[in-house]
Amino acid sequence: MSTARFDPTRSRSEPPASPVLDRRRFLGEAAAGACAAAPFLLGVVRLPAAFGQQPDGAYDASEHYYGMGVDPRRCIGCARCVAACKTENDVPAEPHFFNTWIERYVITEDDAVQVDSPNGGLDGFPPLTQANVERTFFVPKLCNHCDNPPCVQVCPVGATFMTEDGVVLVDDEYCIGCRYCIQACPYGARYLHPETHVAAKCTFCYHRLVRGQVPACVEVCPTGARIFGEVRGRATPLARFMRFNQIQVLKPHLNTAPKVLYANLDGEVR
Amino acid sequence: MPGYIYPNEFELQWGLLIVLYPYLTGLVAGAFILASLERVFNVREVQPTYRLALLTALAFLLVAPLPLLAHLGHPLRSHEIFLTPNRKSAMAMFGFVYAWYLAVVLLLEVWFDYRKDLVLWARNDRGVMRWIRYALTLGATDLSERSLRFDDRAGRVITIVGIPSAFLLHGYVGFIFGSIKANPWWSSVLMPVVFLFSAIVSGIALVLVIYMLTTMFRWRKVDVACMDKLAQFLFYAIVVDFSLEALDFIHRLYEAEESIQILSQMVESRLFLSLIVLQFLMGTIIPLIMLALVSPGLRKGGFVRLPPELKHLTYLVAAVLIQIGIFSIRWNVVIGGQLFSKSLRGLTVYKVQLFGIEGLAMSVALLLLPFVILWALVKVLPPWMDEAPGEAALAAEGPAAGLPSQG
Repeated sequence: MSTARFDPTRSRSEPPASPVLDRRRFLGEAAAGACAAAPFLLGVVRLPAAFGQQPDGAYDASEHYYGMGVDPRRCIGCARCVAACKTENDVPAEPHFFNTWIERYVITEDDAVQVDSPNGGLDGFPPLTQANVERTFFVPKLCNHCDNPPCVQVCPVGATFMTEDGVVLVDDEYCIGCRYCIQACPYGARYLHPETHVAAKCTFCYHRLVRGQVPACVEVCPTGARIFGEVRGRATPLARFMRFNQIQVLKPHLNTAPKVLYANLDGEVR
Repeated sequence: MPGYIYPNEFELQWGLLIVLYPYLTGLVAGAFILASLERVFNVREVQPTYRLALLTALAFLLVAPLPLLAHLGHPLRSHEIFLTPNRKSAMAMFGFVYAWYLAVVLLLEVWFDYRKDLVLWARNDRGVMRWIRYALTLGATDLSERSLRFDDRAGRVITIVGIPSAFLLHGYVGFIFGSIKANPWWSSVLMPVVFLFSAIVSGIALVLVIYMLTTMFRWRKVDVACMDKLAQFLFYAIVVDFSLEALDFIHRLYEAEESIQILSQMVESRLFLSLIVLQFLMGTIIPLIMLALVSPGLRKGGFVRLPPELKHLTYLVAAVLIQIGIFSIRWNVVIGGQLFSKSLRGLTVYKVQLFGIEGLAMSVALLLLPFVILWALVKVLPPWMDEAPGEAALAAEGPAAGLPSQG
């Protein structure tokens, strides 16, 4: 009876080395190979994504999930963001059409709250007349790109939709102009475009995102009150913003799950 | 402009045309449910209004989608609702609910109900009307006892299917508003139910007015038992409707959510005329008292016994007031829901344009159009029982007499 010689460097489970591929080793290697290939075969991971980029360097939406941080304490109400947005996105110049706007809150000692946003903040804000102001601050507003968007839910033809990277958009060629989405938006972020007669809104400057740029409003903000990035654990400025601030969203009781996140928001803002 | 509204809220999105839409569909659903009283629930007294109610429902249903279409930013894309509906959208179901109601319920029911008469009329008609009526029979000219029995049974089955369909048609319109959580004035589980009962109220009231006026203009006698029964049902429907509205109102006041302040402010200022005066006082309380006193709703013969003419005049006035009230309900829901800001900090105003596609003139035209259609329908399909060919005509003609070869 031949027995294998004892070798202390070899683990007990390991079979003796053999010049030919034995059955056990074959099965083991086949299983390992299958495990490694499974995510690609099942479509869980896309090959280009695993290598970080599309083969041709093109934009890959599955790589991103966008959100915006807003820090009202940094906002000085200059409304450069509003102006930049109107220029960048061909938003009608006249008042009452805004993808983004600035609200000014004035809270007096008797707890009265006054809010204004003359021409979205574009023309500046009139001087305060109240004598007993307790606190006052500016709040930039825009589409919240909700994760659970009521506007997308109600659109009868599916012309408004959420992209893979989490941006809520409107298909201009498809929208029938029924305005149900405008009614369903709790934030007043949508309007009917007076020229195209379709619903219009903030797009997070999607045309810039695909080129690797940030939205125009973020780009021009002189105080860094708007922070753009990924909401899902990537090393972007937004991740840092979310880690180091108390985060609130607007109208959380409506369960819309906004992806525009406010830092240290005053309770009066809605 | 008192208070603050979001900058994009200055323009009201849904105007007078969208007020018309629930008003018109409500009349359809209500008129159909009245028709079903005779057919399914065997309320014999309202039989003179059966066909009239069906034709009224049909005329108004044909017009109901027009205000929606006129209001769209891109009406030419409206077919996308049928082709690529978003199954999660309440509004996407509109096309299907509408098509079901029009094709499966109303057209079929009218056809089965009129088929025998169409054949008999076509046999005796001359000229164009003969061919129109023959075409409307779709070639089904068999008047054997068996086929007539089938007509009757089919009509009954369709009505039974039609009642939940009518509930669906208008309850669904209520759901379109009631399911918008962003809007505290709309968002209510009671909305579809309130819409439904107000629809029944408006439908009965409309058929009562049309029946009375058409009978008078034909110089016939108004059927007293029928009018009493209509008034009685109208009274019951308005009691239920008012109770539901009151429940909704009290519930809001008692819960006193975040929105209560701005909503109270709106009711006291912007909606004072249309809600307190027109909807509540003129459209509900006054007709309720009139019907309670005069109609057999609470006491046989009513508490105040009036000569028939005066009694019918009272019914007519009550029904007209109710129409004004129901229109105000639709106005208060649709326009009221947009007069306050979703920031809950301010109110806005709605200015009705006179002309233009969403203007007052267009709305008046769309309100008159169903009556024009009804007039045409009545010419081709007279709903009056005294003009329908009776059993005698059938017996004289014989069931197997051919059609086109005559004349």
